[in-house]
Amino acid sequence: MRVAGLAVTALLGGTLAACGGGGGDEASDTLRVTLANHVWTEKIIEAIPEFEEETGLTVDLTQLGEDQLSAQYNVQLNAGTDEIDVMMYRPLQEGKLFAQNGYLADLTERVESNSEWEWSDFQSGPVDSTTFEDKVVGIPTITEREVLYYRTDLLEAAGLEVPETLEELEAAAQQISEENPDVAGFVARTGKSPAVTQFSSFLYSFGGDFIDEEGNSAVASPEAKEAYAYYGRMINEYGPENVSTDMSWPEAMAIFTQGGAAFYTEADSLYQNATDPANSQVADNVGFAPLPAGPAGSKPYNVPSWGLGINEASNNQDNAWKFIEWATSKEMVLEIQQAGVPGPRTSVWADPEGTATYPEDLVAAIESSAENGVGYDRPLVINVAEAREIVGDPLVIGITGGDVDAAADAASESFQSFLDDERE
Amino acid sequence: MTVASPPRTNPPKDRRPGNTRYKTYSDWANNHRKWLFAAPAMIFVGILIIFPLGWTMYLSLTDSSGSVRAESDFIGFANYAEVLADTDRFWPAVGRTFAFTSVALAVQMILGMCIALLLWRPFKGEKWVRVAILLPLVATPVAVGMMWRLIFDPNIGFANQVLAFVGIPAQPWLSGQSTALPTVIFIDIWQWTPMVVIILLAGLTSLSEEPDEAARIDGANAWQRFRYVTVPLLMPTIIVAVLLRSIDALKTFDLLYATKGRGGGSFNEVETLNIYAYGLSFDYNDYGLSSTVLIIFFLIIIAAMWVLTRRRKDV
Repeated sequence: MRVAGLAVTALLGGTLAACGGGGGDEASDTLRVTLANHVWTEKIIEAIPEFEEETGLTVDLTQLGEDQLSAQYNVQLNAGTDEIDVMMYRPLQEGKLFAQNGYLADLTERVESNSEWEWSDFQSGPVDSTTFEDKVVGIPTITEREVLYYRTDLLEAAGLEVPETLEELEAAAQQISEENPDVAGFVARTGKSPAVTQFSSFLYSFGGDFIDEEGNSAVASPEAKEAYAYYGRMINEYGPENVSTDMSWPEAMAIFTQGGAAFYTEADSLYQNATDPANSQVADNVGFAPLPAGPAGSKPYNVPSWGLGINEASNNQDNAWKFIEWATSKEMVLEIQQAGVPGPRTSVWADPEGTATYPEDLVAAIESSAENGVGYDRPLVINVAEAREIVGDPLVIGITGGDVDAAADAASESFQSFLDDERE
Repeated sequence: MTVASPPRTNPPKDRRPGNTRYKTYSDWANNHRKWLFAAPAMIFVGILIIFPLGWTMYLSLTDSSGSVRAESDFIGFANYAEVLADTDRFWPAVGRTFAFTSVALAVQMILGMCIALLLWRPFKGEKWVRVAILLPLVATPVAVGMMWRLIFDPNIGFANQVLAFVGIPAQPWLSGQSTALPTVIFIDIWQWTPMVVIILLAGLTSLSEEPDEAARIDGANAWQRFRYVTVPLLMPTIIVAVLLRSIDALKTFDLLYATKGRGGGSFNEVETLNIYAYGLSFDYNDYGLSSTVLIIFFLIIIAAMWVLTRRRKDV
């Protein structure tokens, strides 16, 4: 009986201690960091022991997949948790929502205070995306642009040059898919929501956009309709057989790296999946080029896909900032960029060491994309997930060979009422 | 479970039955013992079931979105009106929920009964067969979903390779608009039929032999004995299996999310009420609308269970 009593006391005590351990007004030596599964995360985890040694802090790390991370934030931040100090988030997807809800601490003073760390060194597009109502709420960590991945061997066999316009791309995809029955001419994401970000570059290159200057839906403009029709046709006619309408990048990348497609448009930050012989059967034959130009030129997106922020409710904000400063320092960005993750710092891109490990044609493609790039790859609204599904609808209709014009009109109508609702 | 009686000890001095304070407590405890014993369970139910349900009901009457801590307005039954008039997502999701449940349940019951009858009489290697049949049951639905997603991949999947081997053209399986729902139903059947088998087998082995023997002596054939003797005797067990499986199938989430992701696919082809409500909450941050869908879903489940349990009483 006494043993049972002791056990109960211990259990209760333990639980209470665990409950109390996270809170308290005092800054803790334990820093709770939540990160997404990403190549960047893998590199930073390798370096965390150095940070712990330098600062004497202990990093308590939580690592989650993208969807789980998003669901976790929704639950925990909604409940006002102080159990997260540093949070990795997607500025374009959740940035507005989180900032508006007051989940992200204002970092404006902190970024200005350390001249050595140099805030002005960060590219302006990514900085815009992590700024909300003139306040800095996040620090960009990973940037990406859409580029064309292609198979050098297939192009050579077909006697083709690397396509520079979307028309040439379509002709090349058609020729290769006709000449090689087992190989698709073109592959890209097909899932209603995942495809939107990659489609955005096509949309801009055709001269369209998601929202016009007055803040109204622009997805039924003639330019947008052409872009929808083009993207859908490329996959419907020259894409893999039995193409699924649920593909995000892992599925599309798998088709490309297993030799199933000649051309593939995707974010440059994923290039190692295609060039690493361990993952890719076509590693020796992969080439990179800027996104081919449409009627409005080559206008790929150029965005920060991830950033680091501090939870407004955290009691450990000073230490959290130490971590962010360290993780986004020039040295760390250079190190991680060399390992294949494109960073947000101008000085690192200007440094030959920063691009030495990249394929030459990829560096050229990234440079040209950074010049003409557009700073967003999805509608800039608060409820991004719903907006993506609305504007993604004509894509899947096109991919399955349906009536894209009608779908774009219907999507525009829903998108307009969505925008009106959000403006209220 | 056996309940050991407490060791008899002499009551401490001040707690002798004669002590009025002790007597009052003890009488009070005796008079209220049904409440005292039930209290832990009631507190548990209150905190973990009634409070969340009440909160969800409250949210369903507000326009809460973005953050549940953000200010929201009380809008009465406006969400209910919106949801019930939604023929794009809500009603198709209701249809899919019932299609999924009824087809999966019917096949599982028939298949489960056949397998249980086969396993009923002892045979050589019976143990191995039982283990093999139970295997799908011990895997987590998310892992099962991912495994089948690979098998049914339209380009590199095993399923289409087998079809190609026997000369049948590749099928879209999970990726087709019209084939996705039947495919996830198939996966559910694969995973949960063993559960029906276990329940029915337990029922069958507890049946007494006499009625069957009597029918045999009266000249009934195998089908007649099954139809008029075994099934009626087994009915209570069958109803239990139907109840358990239908509740489970109605609220299936993990399998659908693991195979088709958010929204049940690009055309919402496997979007059931659960997936729809999850999307409203976690993708759209529309807590008011999501709570409304959940409350309606809750009422639907209560109604379905009420119908089924009434049937059980009739038996």
